[in-house]
Amino acid sequence: MPTYPNQRGRFGQFGGMYVPETLMPAIHELDLIYQKIKRDKAFQLEFQTCLKNFVGRPTPLYFAERLTKTLGGAKIYLKREDLCHTGAHKINNTVGQALLTRRMKKKRVIAETGAGQHGVAVATVAAMFGLEAEIYMGTEDMERQSLNVFRMRLLGSKVTGVNAGSRTLKDAISEAMRDWTTNVATTHYLLGSVLGAHPYPMMIRDFQSVIGREARKQILAAEGRLPHCLVACVGGGSNSIGLFYPFVKDTKVKMVGVEAGGLGIESGKHAARFSGGKPGVLHGTMTYLLQDQDGQVNPTHSVSAGLDYPAVGPEHSFYHDTERIHYTSATDQEALAAFDLLSQTEGIIPALESAHAVAEVVKLAPTMKKNQILIMNLSGRGDKDVQQIAEMRGIPL
Amino acid sequence: MKNRIQQTFNDLQAKGEKALIPYIMAGDPSLEVTESLVLTLAEAGADLIELGVPFSDPIADGPVIQQAAERALKSGTTLKKILSTVRSLRTKTHVPLIFMAYYNTILTMGLENFCQQAVSAGVDGVIVPDVPPEESDELCQATKAAGGPVVIFLLAPTSTPPRRKDVIQRTHGFIYYVSLTGITGAQLPDLAQVKKNVQTIQKIGKKPVAVGFGIATPEQAHNVAQFADGVIIGSALVRNIAEHHQDPDFLSRIKTTTVNLKAALR
Repeated sequence: MPTYPNQRGRFGQFGGMYVPETLMPAIHELDLIYQKIKRDKAFQLEFQTCLKNFVGRPTPLYFAERLTKTLGGAKIYLKREDLCHTGAHKINNTVGQALLTRRMKKKRVIAETGAGQHGVAVATVAAMFGLEAEIYMGTEDMERQSLNVFRMRLLGSKVTGVNAGSRTLKDAISEAMRDWTTNVATTHYLLGSVLGAHPYPMMIRDFQSVIGREARKQILAAEGRLPHCLVACVGGGSNSIGLFYPFVKDTKVKMVGVEAGGLGIESGKHAARFSGGKPGVLHGTMTYLLQDQDGQVNPTHSVSAGLDYPAVGPEHSFYHDTERIHYTSATDQEALAAFDLLSQTEGIIPALESAHAVAEVVKLAPTMKKNQILIMNLSGRGDKDVQQIAEMRGIPL
Repeated sequence: MKNRIQQTFNDLQAKGEKALIPYIMAGDPSLEVTESLVLTLAEAGADLIELGVPFSDPIADGPVIQQAAERALKSGTTLKKILSTVRSLRTKTHVPLIFMAYYNTILTMGLENFCQQAVSAGVDGVIVPDVPPEESDELCQATKAAGGPVVIFLLAPTSTPPRRKDVIQRTHGFIYYVSLTGITGAQLPDLAQVKKNVQTIQKIGKKPVAVGFGIATPEQAHNVAQFADGVIIGSALVRNIAEHHQDPDFLSRIKTTTVNLKAALR
């Protein structure tokens, strides 16, 4: 079985390096340095130590007994990425890239953020490694996630609002790319998901694969066998690829990626790239993209800022077309109901992004046998969403 | 056969002039205005004209051109309609026309289809800012099969010597040298470094080098033209159009600006 991507950053027809000439030398430099540190034992040891002592890994693989009983089907395990320092899986990647930034002797990092989880994770490692950080965030997202904006500022980062286009994650990435183009000599773009030009999708997948490697060991220890099914939400796709990748060659393990169904696929107001998109190029990579007949990028909608993005990581597009992973979607309503369900049956408030995965578990688990095992990636905790949900329900806090 | 772009640079060289290459966003504020603007620019001394194809997510552009793209999309501009405008323009002018298009807009049309239609409409060149040489094989094959338009590549201050050589070899029209490490509409940097880089590129390839990004005034154009073969004026002109397109003397204003710019290149 070949490994992906190839040397040109391709996962089949997807991926690649579609960036302006000004950035190409930096992209190649990053690729070279990443190839080097990937095999560098000292770097890997440093990374693992940081994940253990700073992030708090390994995260538990938790048997959700009450949820399992409530749904009456497969045994449900939750990979508890919500217990990582800063409250989501995003920190795994930011620790890796911060170490890389230090190797490149760059002093400044920039990043985009949607829900604010990546922004907080960047602000956190920037503080820890003594780097200057500037985080771009759409002004609409700044409103929905004001708590995270404050957290980033508390951590000493500069948060810059982006007022262009749809004022969400997509526009924050465009603005971060413009900053990078301008300051490439001194600045590393600390991208937060398996998006963008090669080597980002590969490098971020590798950094996040710690999730799946741990889960694989943990389920073998707990059950003595591999799971039947893995479920994770897919925005850009870093938490899902992190869980899935170490199981890709276990062909009997089914994998389900859950996109944001927004107000429903038929409404057109969603972020389900595999239900309404087609291959195109955005932000440096060829991948499934929500676009109109003229190739203009369509606006997206999701209750969850972290899934509200018109493109998806190129490796996901590859697994979609080769049918290794099945992709589905959950609507805002389904995610909100799942948010309540997990809170009230397990005492775990999930991030709205992760609640989309819970919504799929609600549908899937009852159709499975009681001796079958399902692992869901609980990619983040929901503290950041509490205020938004109270507002939606008209409850003053 | 030589294409119109090469021919234009050859003619200019014979006259001892440098090329004035204005950039306007097609469809900003409407394609009717774009058509009259192209004719006005050509008449006033523009040697080649760049037509921006609006895209929703223009990562290489600063706010001025981003907003122009938003206005153009709002006015219903599509690549197909821009091609019709070019067809109409070709009954009135022979000025070389170059599209500046983000990859997804032409990819959606289909590369072969786009190239065939562009050639038949009379488009001479295409600049795709998000397609570096590494990703250009398919585009170049399509242009070759259709007999045009030529692909114009960019070089930047960050480009390494091997990349410079590669881009120069691939170039058929001219090389677009990005004056600064940044996006369109930024401030023009110290010219000494720009000059050094442009002269290095000219020495390697003996192909025309036009400089863009950050050039706004006739004085700046004049200074850059001391060493470059052409000067691209983008954001400054686009801003002028945005601010004055409703004025009664709009076209004569653009004409005066263009005449002054061209005078600085003779």
